[in-house]
Amino acid sequence: MNPFSSGTRLRDMIRAIRACKTAAEERAVVRKECAAIRAAISENDQDYRHRNLAKLMFIHMLGYPTHFGQMECLKLIASADFPEKRIGYLGLMLLLDERQEVLMLVTNSLKQDLNHSNQFIVGLALCALGNICSAEMARDLAPEVERLLQSRDPNIKKKAALCSIRIIRKVPDLAENFMGPAAGLLKEKHHGVLIAGVQLCTDLCKASTEALQYLRKNCTDGSIRILRDVSNSPYAPEYDISGITDPFLHIRVLKLMRMLGQGDADASEYMNDILAQVATKTESNKNAGNAILYECVETIMGIEATSGLRVLAINILGRFLSNRDNNIRYVALNMLMKAFTVDPQAVQRHRSTILECVKDSDASIRKRALELVYLLVNETNVQPLTKELIDYLEVSEQEFKEDLTAKICSIIEKYSPDKLWYIDQMLKVLSEAGNYVKDDVWHALIVVVSNASDLQGYTVRSLYRALQSSPEQESLVRVAVWCIGEYGEMLVNNVGVLDGEGPITVTESDAVDVVEAALRHHSSDITTRAMSLISLLKLSSRFPPTTERIREIITHEKSSLLLELQQRSIEFHAIIQKHQNIKSSLLERMPVLDESTYVRKKVGSSDAAFSADKTGQRVSSGTPVSIPNGVAKQQAAPLVDLLDLSSDDVPVASSSATDFLNDLLGVDLPSQSSSGVVSTGTTDLLMDLLSIGTSPAQNDLLSPDNHTSSVATSGKIPSVSSPPSVKGVALETKSPHASGPSPVLDLLDGLSDMSFSAENPTFPSITAFQSNSLKITFTFTKQPGKPQVTQIKASFTNMSSNTYTDFLFQAAVPKFVQLHLDPASSNILPASGNGSITQTLSVTNTQLGQKALAMRIRIAYKVNNQDMLEQGQVNNFPQGL
Amino acid sequence: MINFVLLISRQGKVRLTKWYSPYSQKERTKVLRELSGVILTRGPKLCNFVEWRGYKVVYRRYASLYFCMCIDPEDNELEVLEIIHHFVEILDRYFGSVCELDLIFNFHKAYYVLDEILIAGELQESSKKTVARLIASQDSLVETAKEQASSISNMIAQATK
Repeated sequence: MNPFSSGTRLRDMIRAIRACKTAAEERAVVRKECAAIRAAISENDQDYRHRNLAKLMFIHMLGYPTHFGQMECLKLIASADFPEKRIGYLGLMLLLDERQEVLMLVTNSLKQDLNHSNQFIVGLALCALGNICSAEMARDLAPEVERLLQSRDPNIKKKAALCSIRIIRKVPDLAENFMGPAAGLLKEKHHGVLIAGVQLCTDLCKASTEALQYLRKNCTDGSIRILRDVSNSPYAPEYDISGITDPFLHIRVLKLMRMLGQGDADASEYMNDILAQVATKTESNKNAGNAILYECVETIMGIEATSGLRVLAINILGRFLSNRDNNIRYVALNMLMKAFTVDPQAVQRHRSTILECVKDSDASIRKRALELVYLLVNETNVQPLTKELIDYLEVSEQEFKEDLTAKICSIIEKYSPDKLWYIDQMLKVLSEAGNYVKDDVWHALIVVVSNASDLQGYTVRSLYRALQSSPEQESLVRVAVWCIGEYGEMLVNNVGVLDGEGPITVTESDAVDVVEAALRHHSSDITTRAMSLISLLKLSSRFPPTTERIREIITHEKSSLLLELQQRSIEFHAIIQKHQNIKSSLLERMPVLDESTYVRKKVGSSDAAFSADKTGQRVSSGTPVSIPNGVAKQQAAPLVDLLDLSSDDVPVASSSATDFLNDLLGVDLPSQSSSGVVSTGTTDLLMDLLSIGTSPAQNDLLSPDNHTSSVATSGKIPSVSSPPSVKGVALETKSPHASGPSPVLDLLDGLSDMSFSAENPTFPSITAFQSNSLKITFTFTKQPGKPQVTQIKASFTNMSSNTYTDFLFQAAVPKFVQLHLDPASSNILPASGNGSITQTLSVTNTQLGQKALAMRIRIAYKVNNQDMLEQGQVNNFPQGL
Repeated sequence: MINFVLLISRQGKVRLTKWYSPYSQKERTKVLRELSGVILTRGPKLCNFVEWRGYKVVYRRYASLYFCMCIDPEDNELEVLEIIHHFVEILDRYFGSVCELDLIFNFHKAYYVLDEILIAGELQESSKKTVARLIASQDSLVETAKEQASSISNMIAQATK
């Protein structure tokens, strides 16, 4: 015999494990035991097999792996004796579950045991089958179980009935085989068989409509009789629980009656009497009685009961709701949710009690009550209910605030009678729990404020006040900062004072103080700070005397470690410093935000793609500018889109921000930014070095000697580096060859002396290429005096839901055309139109007027590291290029 | 339907687990950790129901042990409390005033009792007496088998002397 397997008894092993002081000690003991058991298994030791399996079960319960013992279960089950089988089946149920393939091996043993002459062995097999059988086993063994339903022994019968439940849950098709036997079980007297039979019928009703109809026809009377017998039964000590005979049977029959009576007036009609009897006669001073009442109410609500019966049920719930026991109150709230669809008026009557439950100390009850209140709210009671909830928000526990805030916001948005009320309530929520308010909620508030021109003054003043008292609520700060930036003068000049609004005196520098505080506050995140910066910029135009101070604040931010803020402050500084003449039009108040667009955006998941697309179109159509005054309008809208509404994903906004700004500010940007660069031959080489997008064909075209093309390939390394850093460097050093995301400073410098002349012919933008996954638009500009040269700004949008990496655009043109590609703004194209890559092409058509421009394009990129290639031909260039 | 039954001690030690719905070993450990965190920290006066991952867990404390049953959202919570009590009373009768140590050293017996009360996550027997009788007769089957085995080995031992 193996020296290990003589081993310890089960009791000794448990003792040894319990004696362990540390987890490491325990692991050591378990490891030793497992080693001994493994050795015994490999020796095929029969004497201690059952003891080893018992040990393994204990070890399994502690959470250690025990898969190596699975086969031992099968061996024990296959043995002839009851003790071995008993422990074997227990092990099978504990160590395996229905998903293990080993389980299939036990099917044959199970089949034999189901036909065994010993009732206890049959019982063991039924129990195991009922607890862990898989769909295949259910199919294989269903005939045996069906036969056992007719057995004479009640204990076999009840086990077979429950086993059938498992079988039809796994294979609903088998339901019809069990309908007949199941109906027969309801005629039994033994409570165990009745309970199991009633449950089987309930599950059959769920599994198939055919079974439901059959049972409705054959079992309605039977179930009513069972309920009547059990509820009228005299004292029965065997089944008595606190004065009630077999509450379990009561409850299960009531559940079956609910299935049978649902949507069937006739069946419901028969049930009315007995349900009324149970609802009125059941004692409600003990849990068992309440459990029956609870089930009875649910059944009354579920079937087509008479109105009198429903009143009775609602009254029971009313009694439950005022009960001192938390369990009873919990189930009452739970039940009222279901009752609400049947009889909303009756539930409304308990509103005040329910509202009290929202403030309960028990989290489970609070949660239920809050869901119920949410259902109860309608146009007529929204005002008092919201007031109650917001009042409670002040004192509620931290972990409950998130749920509560979300529900309150949703109620306010859904049922607000007017805008003033909406704004008032939102401000209260923001002041109380601004940190828990979701982004889309405060975005919606901004849209509403923007649309309510008569309330803007009131709103900005209220926000100013609120900010004084709760400066730590992030989303309150954001909304306030935004509104102050937009409607600052209404704050200072008390524009549009409403009746009953308290007087307030705010100076211009007070307003700047508040925004500066938000910018500097330690808890403000990058979004808040970015919004504060914009707000300050806007204030500098609203309040000219404060310009100098704002410039200093912005200068201070120029050294921010956050790239976004640093870049913004540099840009804003340039605007204040050098462009007084366009500043006021640039910083005009935002146009009214379109509510319907915002709602759509909130609903659709493709919102980002939608708005980005829209912005893109708007910007590109605004490119040919002939009325200088119109510039500001078109700029303002995307600026906000970009900085406010899309701020829920800051990284995306920042990566595309420069492009937007290019579009926005640099009306004629492409020609302006690259004109100085392309003309000279030396920089041509530099451009090649940096350009990722030059195809071999172009290299030949532009740089005839091999030397350059080899440089070009080696030059790929720097250009692969991440786009933001390239941008950052470009901004800092004004590097001459960073032309894609062209430096805004340069641009702004040039902006003042840029002529907004309409003498250049303008060309409409075209969609050069579109597939399911990619869209390319071309925007054209020509420089005065060079009719042959066209600057094409290509903008790439990713229409799929995957990010493209290693994005590479190549183009080829006919021989009479010369083509030059500037580097792309990035080689990563974010998914779903969340930003785009831009790349400038300059095309020289040597036979202008005689031959039209044409182009072949090829786009290579990687999706999830898989190479993708798309190509196409562009023939739809506008005339005259 | 009862999805699983757990017995957890006040210290968070697992004393019995029975899974009627398939959970992988990894999920089981996670469920145990999550639920013992939620249930053991609840105050004494609160209700006995916890909403968890769309299910409800009904628990009841007996001395140092928490009996927990996870049920579907549409099930009757109050009845499950009665089922727990039913189980505890039967254990009490079987072990003779049951304590945690009984359940540790005779964990397999606790499972046998549970298997006579629940199958497929549904109640099997509402009579405590019937359950006690069934367990007793199966235990006696095991005992007689043991005696037989020892008497046979005795006989063999004597015969080979």
